[in-house]
Formats: sequence, C-alpha cells, structure tokens
Amino acid sequence: MRALAWHGKHDVRVDTVDDPEILNPRDAIIKVTSTAICGSDLHLYDGYIPTMQSGDILGHEFMGEVVETGPKSTLKKGQRVVIPFTIACGSCYHCGKHQYSACDNGLPADNQDIGQELYGQPMSGLFGYSHMTGGYSGGQAEYVRVPFSDVGPLVIPDGIEDEKVLFLSDILPTGWMAAENAGIEPGDTVAVWGCGPVGLFAVQSAFLMGAERVIAIDHFPRRLELAKKFGAETINFEESATYEALMEMTGGIGPDAVIDAVGLEAHGFFVDNVIDQIKKSTFLGTDRIHSIRQAILACRKGGRVSMPAVYGGFVDKFPLGAFMEKGLTLKTGQTHVQHYMPALLNAILEGKIDTTFLISHTLPLEEAPKGYQMFHDNQNEVTKVVLKPGLALAAE
Amino acid sequence: MADTIDPALADDAPLSTSKRQSAAVDAATESLIDKPAQGDADTLVGRTVTINRPRAELFAYWRDFANLATFMENVERVDMLDGARSHWVVKGPSGNYEWTAAITGEAEGAFIAWASEDGADVPNSGRVDFRDAQAGRGTIVTATILYDPPAGSIGRLIAKMFQREPAIQARRDLRRFKQLMETGEIATGARNRALQEEGKN
Repeated sequence: MRALAWHGKHDVRVDTVDDPEILNPRDAIIKVTSTAICGSDLHLYDGYIPTMQSGDILGHEFMGEVVETGPKSTLKKGQRVVIPFTIACGSCYHCGKHQYSACDNGLPADNQDIGQELYGQPMSGLFGYSHMTGGYSGGQAEYVRVPFSDVGPLVIPDGIEDEKVLFLSDILPTGWMAAENAGIEPGDTVAVWGCGPVGLFAVQSAFLMGAERVIAIDHFPRRLELAKKFGAETINFEESATYEALMEMTGGIGPDAVIDAVGLEAHGFFVDNVIDQIKKSTFLGTDRIHSIRQAILACRKGGRVSMPAVYGGFVDKFPLGAFMEKGLTLKTGQTHVQHYMPALLNAILEGKIDTTFLISHTLPLEEAPKGYQMFHDNQNEVTKVVLKPGLALAAE
Repeated sequence: MADTIDPALADDAPLSTSKRQSAAVDAATESLIDKPAQGDADTLVGRTVTINRPRAELFAYWRDFANLATFMENVERVDMLDGARSHWVVKGPSGNYEWTAAITGEAEGAFIAWASEDGADVPNSGRVDFRDAQAGRGTIVTATILYDPPAGSIGRLIAKMFQREPAIQARRDLRRFKQLMETGEIATGARNRALQEEGKN
C-alpha cells in the first residue's frame, strides 16, 4: 500500500510499504477515505518527538471503510467508520469510567515503561505518534490496522460526507472536552487562548453549553476571523495587551472560565519532557507556559481553568500562589475520544455543529509531503489539510 | 551483624519495596516464601497489578503453569510434569536456563507458591497472591520472586543490558497477563505478522 512515512526532520515521503494484517481477534482493517494532518503532526515533522523511527507511518485523524475484521470485531465489511486517535480496550477499570485516554491496555506492555517512569502510570496508545505511544502505524495511508475495533470506531450513517464527521477522530471531541472541563454556567464569559482547531471548537462548544460571551485570543488574523464567525469577541495579542484587555472587557472581574488551547500543541512526549526528566534535579527544566500563566492571572476569583493544551514535563514559574489564593479549579487531560463521539455525531447530524469550515485544503495522499510543508509554512491561511488516498486514483 | 527489620519500625509496604534488600529477603523467607532448594537466593522482586476480572478465573489460568508462556516473554515453555511439579525453559542473555519447580503451597483462588528443585540453572522461588480489589474493581495480583541471579552480579548486569532485568520483566509480564485476561489479547503496535515477528512495536 501507499503511506506517508516519516524519515527525519522535514522529511516525510509517500512510500510503498507492506499492507497491515489482522493480528489480534478484536482488530479490523480500515481502507482510509479521508485523513487530516494535525497541528501535533508538525512536531513529528519538526523532529521534536523522541522514539520516532525512519519509516513510521503518521496520522491519527482518519476515517474509512471496513474491509476486514477479526473474529471478535463487531464491525461489518463495508461500514463507514471514524477512528478515535486514542487506542483503548473498553475492558479495564478506566475504560469502564469512560476515561479512555487513561486505558491500561492500549499500549503494548514494553512501551508502557516510559510513561510509567515519566508520569507515574502509563496512558493509552495513540495512532501514528512515535513508539512511546505504542508504535502503531497511523492513518495517513491507504489501509490501517485498528485494534479494539469493537469499542473504538464509530459507525457513520450512509449519505453523510467525510468532511462533516472526520474531526470526530480528535479535534472536535478535544475542543468539546475543553469546554466541558471549563464547567460553563449560563451567562458565563469564557476566554480561549489559541484559535487552532481545538480552540475554535472550544469556542463553538462553549456557546452551545450556555456561555454568554466568548473571548478568543490569537495572533493569526484568519483564525481570529473564524472565531468571530462563531460569535466570539477577539483579542489579537500582537495588537493589544491581553490581561489588561480581558480585565477591561469583563468589567474588571476577569473571565469566569479560561481555556488554554496553546500549550505545546503536541500529544505529549515532547523531547523537552524527556530532557526535563534529566533537568529536574537541577531545576533547569521548563515547559513554555506563557499562555497558562496568563490564563490563571486573568481568571476571575473562584473561576475555572481548563487546559486541553498539552504539557509534557515540568514547569517553572507556575503561578501557584495566584491559583491557590483565588481558589481556582483546574481540569485537564488527553481527550477521552470514545466517550464524546456518539453525542457529537448526533449534534452534527442535527446541524448543531459544523466542522467543515475548518478545511482549507484537500489533497491526494500522494501529495501529503506538500501538505505538511504548506501547513508548516503558513499557519494563517492553512487551517486544515485533508488527505484523500482515493483522489490520486481518480486523477490517474 | 545481619541487617534485620525492626518490627517497631516496619510499615505496611510490601517487602519488595524495602530499601534494605537483605533484611527484606530474610523477612520474606521467614514469613512469605520458601528458599529454593539450593543456591544463595538474595534478590527479591515483587510487582502488583490490578486486573478487572474475578479471582477464581485468574487463579485457574495461572495454576496451569503451561499457560504462563503466553504472557511471560522470556519463558519458552513450561511443562506440567504432574499436578504439583513443572519444568521450565527460560530464555536468558546467553542461552536457555532450565529448572524443575514444585508447588510448595497453595490455596484455591488465593495464592500459589513454588520453589525450584536441586539442579536449577537459576535457583528461584516465588508466590503469586490473588486478592479481591475494593469496590468490585477486580483482583489485585502480586507476584513475588526470590532468586539467585545467574553468574552473580555480572550476569545481572548483562541481563539488565538486554532489558531482561527481572524487575522490569516482571512488570511487563504482569501487564501482559492483565491485557490477556481483561481484553482477551495481548496488545501489539506491529502492522503485520512480519513486523511482529521482528519484534517491532
């Protein structure tokens, strides 16, 4: 099959590789119809994530058609499915509590050691995101082996085009969970740092949850414009002083809830995390935490802090005093995708949520390297690149 | 004078987490584990995992020692010689190790204890305990192993380099046992059989 393989920093190529096969009883093989490049893929592209190996297939936002099933899969050949980026078993204690990204069994046993050392307990597996998250081949390919296919994939009714549902795989549930973690009450003012896909979906979700006002903060004009379309007020942090602007815009109170959708923009295991592990004894380690620091200072007394942004290691100058004195609440975590998918699909089918606005470019899979470069070089214009393995065939 | 654990200072933590290894080994062989028939077993390894399955089911699977090769990576095979004795073939850093072990104690659904007999390549003994987790969360499984490292400390160093250091191996093996019992399969990140056989994850 053809697949987008990582070979090193700024070196991704569409290679011909061996097809995936059913290995475990609950597996299914999916023929990919649409897959997207995620902002976090750029960190693989930039070579920041350790434990990548030349030839690794990328991609964790994808959907397609079921072409093969293991004896314990509940899927049927021909069904269209969206695949959650978190690989979770559905059987362990955490899955039972719908904490899917904390699944005990999604990661191969040997790959759990690093998470155990860095975080105390290992997390779930992820598609196409280095060997620390399982070494699973990703979805920027013609075919993918999907483990635990009886609990992960969401079946999509016929007649709904891919573009409407593709983002159920990661960024829509992530934006929704960000808003849910903000504990929004009717009449609230919510401030969102970062208007990438997650921030924009958090804006959309916050309004659906009853927020009266949402204030979106970024510096890319195109992204602020998209936030405005959903009814958000905007702060361009290159034009205005963010903290002062937030205080003035909220009558001197501060936002009731703040959402940091900036962070490291990666799905964990940044190279600095590992370095931090070494540096921690020397107190040199630091994640770049400007946005979360500002969010905590701006948040009103007794307010809520939601942090979908990914932080991997240790932080320096975290305003713990402000956090304690103001009595804030912090909620965070990798997205429990499987938990949110069914309700969000319904919201899409009912027309309450539209995600198609985000797609700025659609390319054949064969042009994936060009997609990475465009996305990397122009984050203002390129909001989302969708890759279609089928497009290349159509062009032939 | 030998280092001993003062009962007045003892806590509720498992002996395998003791910072005083030799005292812990002494305490363990007094209360918990038989010494292997020969050798100087001075290394204690203990790991615990919670498995979301009933105690009886986990006990039954483990009690048939032939099953252990399905989730213990370095165990080539275990043959049951009779109801209480088993022959083990285990991959080591420099060839296979073999021994015959006998069950030294057991209680249905609660624990199994074993010890190697004379002539073991790696003298070892151990026990696995199965306890109900609180609030219906399944079973807490604790494996405790006492052994005499092959070729002394150099053998252990070599084993460590091969990532077959027993503490790491025990943790990984218990994770695989948990995966098999909870999900019916052992997770692999490989894309196909060829890559799986190469050990690519």
